[in-house]
Amino acid sequence: MDSINAKGKCGAEAAPQPGPARLDLEEVRERLQAKKGPEFWRSLDELAATPEFEDLLHREFPRFASEWPAGVSRRGFLQLASASLALAGLTGCTRQPLEKIIPYVRQPEQLIPGKPLFFATALTHAGYATGVLAESHQGRPTKIEGNPDHPASLGSTDAFAQAAVLTLYDPERSQSILHNGRPGTWSQLTSQMGETLRSLGGGRGLRILTGTVTSPTLAAQIAAALKSYPQARWHRWEPAGPHQTRAAAVRAFGRPLDTRYDFTRARVVLTLGADVLCEGSAGVRYARDFADGRRVHAHPDAMTRVYTVESAPVGVSSLADHRLQLPPAQVEAFVLALAQAVGAGAGGNGGGTGAPALDAKARTWVQEVAKDLQANRGASLVVADEYLSPAAQVVVHGINQALGNAGVTVFYQEPVEVDPVDHLQSLAELVRDMNAGQVQALMMLDGVNPVYTAPADLPFLAALDKVALRVHHGLYQDETSDHCHWHIPAGHELESWGDARAFDGTVSIQQPLIEPLYGGKTAAEVVAATLNNQADANGYDLVRQYWTSRLPGLTAGLADAARDTAGGGSITTLLGFGGAFPGAAGVGGTTPPVTTGTQAAGPLAGGAAAPGAAGGTSAPANTPAGAPAAVAGGSGGAATAAFEKAWRETLHAGLIPATAQARATAALNGGAVQAAAGEIQAALGRVKPGEITLQLRPDPTIWDGRYASNVWLQELPKPVTKLVWDNALVLGPKTAARLKLTFHDRVEVALGGRKVEASVWVLPGMAEDTAQLTLGYGRQRAGKATGQGFNAFPLRTSNALWGAPGAAIRATGGQYTIACTQNHHSMRGLVVHEDAEAAEQEQARHVIRTGTLEEFRRDPEFIKKDREVPPADDTLYPNRRYDGHAWAMSIDLSVCTGCSSCIVACQAENNIPSVGKEQVLARREMHWLRVDRYFAGDMDEPTFHYQPLPCMQCENAPCELVCPVAATVHSDEGLNDMVYNRCVGTRYCSNNCPYKVRRFNFLRYSDKDTPVLELVNNPDVTVRMRGVMEKCTYCVQRIEQAKIQSKVDRQPIPKNWIQTACQQACPTQAIVFGDQNDPEWEVSKRKADPLNYGLLEDINTRPRTTYLAKLRNPNPALAGLDSASKKPAEGAEHGHA
Amino acid sequence: MQIFHRSTNTIAKVSIFGAVFFLGFFGWAAYTLMGDSGYVTGQYVVKHQPVPFSHEHHVRGLGIDCRYCHTSVERSAFAGLPPTETCMNCHRQIWTNAELLEPIRASYRDNVPVQWTRVHDLPDYVYFNHSVHIAKGIGCASCHGKVNQMPLMFQNASLQMQWCLDCHRNPVKNVRPREEVFNIDWNPSDPASYRKYMRPLPREASNARWEPSAGDVARLQAKLAKEYDLHSLTSCSTCHR
Repeated sequence: MDSINAKGKCGAEAAPQPGPARLDLEEVRERLQAKKGPEFWRSLDELAATPEFEDLLHREFPRFASEWPAGVSRRGFLQLASASLALAGLTGCTRQPLEKIIPYVRQPEQLIPGKPLFFATALTHAGYATGVLAESHQGRPTKIEGNPDHPASLGSTDAFAQAAVLTLYDPERSQSILHNGRPGTWSQLTSQMGETLRSLGGGRGLRILTGTVTSPTLAAQIAAALKSYPQARWHRWEPAGPHQTRAAAVRAFGRPLDTRYDFTRARVVLTLGADVLCEGSAGVRYARDFADGRRVHAHPDAMTRVYTVESAPVGVSSLADHRLQLPPAQVEAFVLALAQAVGAGAGGNGGGTGAPALDAKARTWVQEVAKDLQANRGASLVVADEYLSPAAQVVVHGINQALGNAGVTVFYQEPVEVDPVDHLQSLAELVRDMNAGQVQALMMLDGVNPVYTAPADLPFLAALDKVALRVHHGLYQDETSDHCHWHIPAGHELESWGDARAFDGTVSIQQPLIEPLYGGKTAAEVVAATLNNQADANGYDLVRQYWTSRLPGLTAGLADAARDTAGGGSITTLLGFGGAFPGAAGVGGTTPPVTTGTQAAGPLAGGAAAPGAAGGTSAPANTPAGAPAAVAGGSGGAATAAFEKAWRETLHAGLIPATAQARATAALNGGAVQAAAGEIQAALGRVKPGEITLQLRPDPTIWDGRYASNVWLQELPKPVTKLVWDNALVLGPKTAARLKLTFHDRVEVALGGRKVEASVWVLPGMAEDTAQLTLGYGRQRAGKATGQGFNAFPLRTSNALWGAPGAAIRATGGQYTIACTQNHHSMRGLVVHEDAEAAEQEQARHVIRTGTLEEFRRDPEFIKKDREVPPADDTLYPNRRYDGHAWAMSIDLSVCTGCSSCIVACQAENNIPSVGKEQVLARREMHWLRVDRYFAGDMDEPTFHYQPLPCMQCENAPCELVCPVAATVHSDEGLNDMVYNRCVGTRYCSNNCPYKVRRFNFLRYSDKDTPVLELVNNPDVTVRMRGVMEKCTYCVQRIEQAKIQSKVDRQPIPKNWIQTACQQACPTQAIVFGDQNDPEWEVSKRKADPLNYGLLEDINTRPRTTYLAKLRNPNPALAGLDSASKKPAEGAEHGHA
Repeated sequence: MQIFHRSTNTIAKVSIFGAVFFLGFFGWAAYTLMGDSGYVTGQYVVKHQPVPFSHEHHVRGLGIDCRYCHTSVERSAFAGLPPTETCMNCHRQIWTNAELLEPIRASYRDNVPVQWTRVHDLPDYVYFNHSVHIAKGIGCASCHGKVNQMPLMFQNASLQMQWCLDCHRNPVKNVRPREEVFNIDWNPSDPASYRKYMRPLPREASNARWEPSAGDVARLQAKLAKEYDLHSLTSCSTCHR
């Protein structure tokens, strides 16, 4: 049993009992030619209606899913079964054990036992900060919400931030200082460092290696160290950092400027393979801005038009109005041709030679897109990001300048990163010096893992052995720490003091919510202790030291400046809020701005909420240095008082306003575009036809491998591929068929003489001759993730960081089973039918409804034309009335990017366990909310659609009727309640659920054996045991808390007050929850929207969760040139044309 | 050859038939004896505590309000258990040498919390909230009983679901004026207490020896129920989440 519960213990060989059937892609194609395929399909199996898929469709779980996991024999099972039968009657005889109740000795002032507190802090991802509000239950952080006032968050977060609480408690984090692999002490370390430094003299041979650093305090510490040791050097290596972007900026503007976008002012957007909405330091903010321009019901006349030209699908692909799929080299040719078409100065030298690389269709695209962009001069935007070659990015800078976008929709700023060097060059210099024996002491800080992540042509490991003293500091022991003399456990951001800057430069102070669990130190503490003679310095003092002189000046105009930062509530709302409602829906600031002006107090303040408790956020009392007030008491003076005030306000607000970077004026270097264009042409000349280009990308859920130990992220289906626990070599159907490869085939990928193993995954939507492999897997030393997936770093060289053409892919025989969640929980109604009439009937159910803006303008009700909704009384169910609240949800498909932040938010809020790869293969993943990905149209060039699917909370719920023990019943407010303590596990409800949203605890998935993991649980939600069914509850604990608070305060629940976890995390606000009986709630407005539709409405379940149909804004000039612009029926035709 | 006597058939049939009755009887007996006995529910069972704290002495004897120690009862799900500091507010002045209070002093001295044994322990899948019950005019005594007469604390009600539902289906019978929620001894049948919140019917106005009847109390409670907006709440998610 325990081996199953230890999440993810399944290694490479852990395949389910039956191996996956080999899907022959040619056969799929033939089948499609013979019949009419479905309009929307979730996978190639489904499109082709393979017998395996049909079988899955008719079974709740695959064959053998109810079997015991490998390792239990039939005999063993029978023995256990007979024993459990014999003991069955005794289970009712347990008595409750005595429980202890342990009060404080001295209770912290602002703490009300049983109520969470929210602290404003920041979490970093690859160096850049996102402001968050961390929820703390009696001193243990359990949930992360976005900080509505923070420019990188606006109240939402990405999946990485949501999963941070699990990393905090991760029992696999390193827990003690190690000296040559054995426990060491801090004083031993500092004394040895001291000795070494004295012997070095001036720091000759001392090197520091970090990732991207935006923290002013850490930078100040490093600067001080470099001052005392003038010969020391500071190197940087961020594996998935902005390498090419920076190189392009240097070429275009002569200095490494950061490029930023303002999607709110763009009417036409062209993205070039960039996943700006789901990835990177500004992803959450850009997604919000972008979505605001796509909400048709809000602005019927101002819908942004989006074109994407890309080799592999990303988040924004699903929202594109037109998608052009081109191999990587041709994307660059497209950029070149577009530059010529808009007159960006790339045409002079050998004008037409770039264009012939493009086919007729792409050339039409260039002309039409150029026309559209030019028609919207100054309101268009061409987005290139890291993965386009530096030359192509320079050309894109030229295009944006030529279109008059620079300074409007795209602008530049001085870099936020401290001392923005070229990381690649910096690392190369370090390796060179190490090899030359010039490095005597190397300190690797903040979890850099160069042994695993360094480019393959910079043999870091070999060079590392020549360094006399090697010190590693990080959250985990990893490949690098294994080769170091010293390893220092790092403090997690939720347990230590620090600071960091967001993508726009806004500074946040990070405050701890808990004492370091495993005695971790921050990088600033390590530098201060070892290099700056502050052996006892703690993070609190270091951060305060840095800000003492700077902060009062910055925050002088706090209140005024705060109003300028965009966001839901203003700082004043946050400051003045009485904290009456912290549990239900974050802090007051998260209230959507329904009331105008600044509120002196939260709408529910008064009643029992004492003004003395003002502010759900303040410095926690259990910080190592004690409460700030105590420090203030010690020293007098007006300056100190001003600092204390500013410090408290800053901590409370979670950011220092007006610290955003100013816009920089940037002039394009004369001739830079010209030269770049020449370079692209030269590169295009070298492209050989039929050559496969390998793309390397950071993994969408575990990034460069740094989140490998986080099981929430490991088990989060990757937004596009829906794979979990592994990466795979992703190929398009045509390329795979040409190479005679299919799903799960083991292959060897060779690039430039270097080889790695991988397993194949076929993804419609990949450009021809393109293969993609994500980084971060195949770790040799990463706890439970060790050996999971395939390591792509050996193929990554410094001149081809994101891949290169000329990859050789060779089948090595055999299969490596990859777990993919996409075919799981399939709804009926998507089957291929032999006869056309039945097929049409099925399609009339329209799980996904889409249309164009044009159709919407002509007839706002057009989406309802073929809608079949039986009359309300046409049912045998009791006709209930809901006079009080009627909870409901609306999901806007027009803005969902599939980023999956909602899934992790739901997991954190509702104590949802992870199950491990083996169990996912048996379709037993437990996520209450899934994000279905649909393809439409052509098998080779489909369009994408995402559909988040929580419980529909049907008014006529089929699950309720079949439960023999009434464990799932209806509430007065229309919720479909699930009562765990009544459930006996018949699974009838799940069988009868048409949406397949119910999840069953086949085994005891909740880890109750690791005490530290109990801390991450939300105390307001039951931790489920084995043998019970569970499902989305609409975060009923938040609803109940809001209701209770309103009763205690004797005030009605304010409009839009209750937010579900998924809604709160959603960067694009696609999800809205509320009371549909009250017309003033946002959800009621959405229900009244003409685009509103329910899923499988024809079976009269009357779902409370409904969708807004997805609208696109296609360019009539491009009609017929891609599958997105066709009517669905034609799209299907196209599949077998 | 017959090994068994003929009568064995009858004995076998009777014992199979009888086994059903026997087991049925056994089950019935177990249920009636144990189903809601204190052994199973913990009702009326005094649990060992590190310090034998007397509610009788502190509440009835000294007249300390419930909220002096249970500070969060009006604001939170959890009523709150007093930190050691609260005990020491008084006991650093009085009974400073009492042997009985050594665990409290030790806790304060060493900064180690006192570990009390939970008396009212609901299962982990039940979410009870004190603040809303207080706000709706349900008195402490309705669930916790006459705490001011308990030298040692015990669980006064069975805390079984049946008992919860009994009130959740008809909360009116337990409602009292919000002013009297913390008054353990409040008695609506006492004329003076009654008159504070409601005038007797006109025909009783002149009767000096009038005492509120059950009907009078019901009238008061009906009035309060309307004023406090009381509803029957029996949806599962009210308590199970």
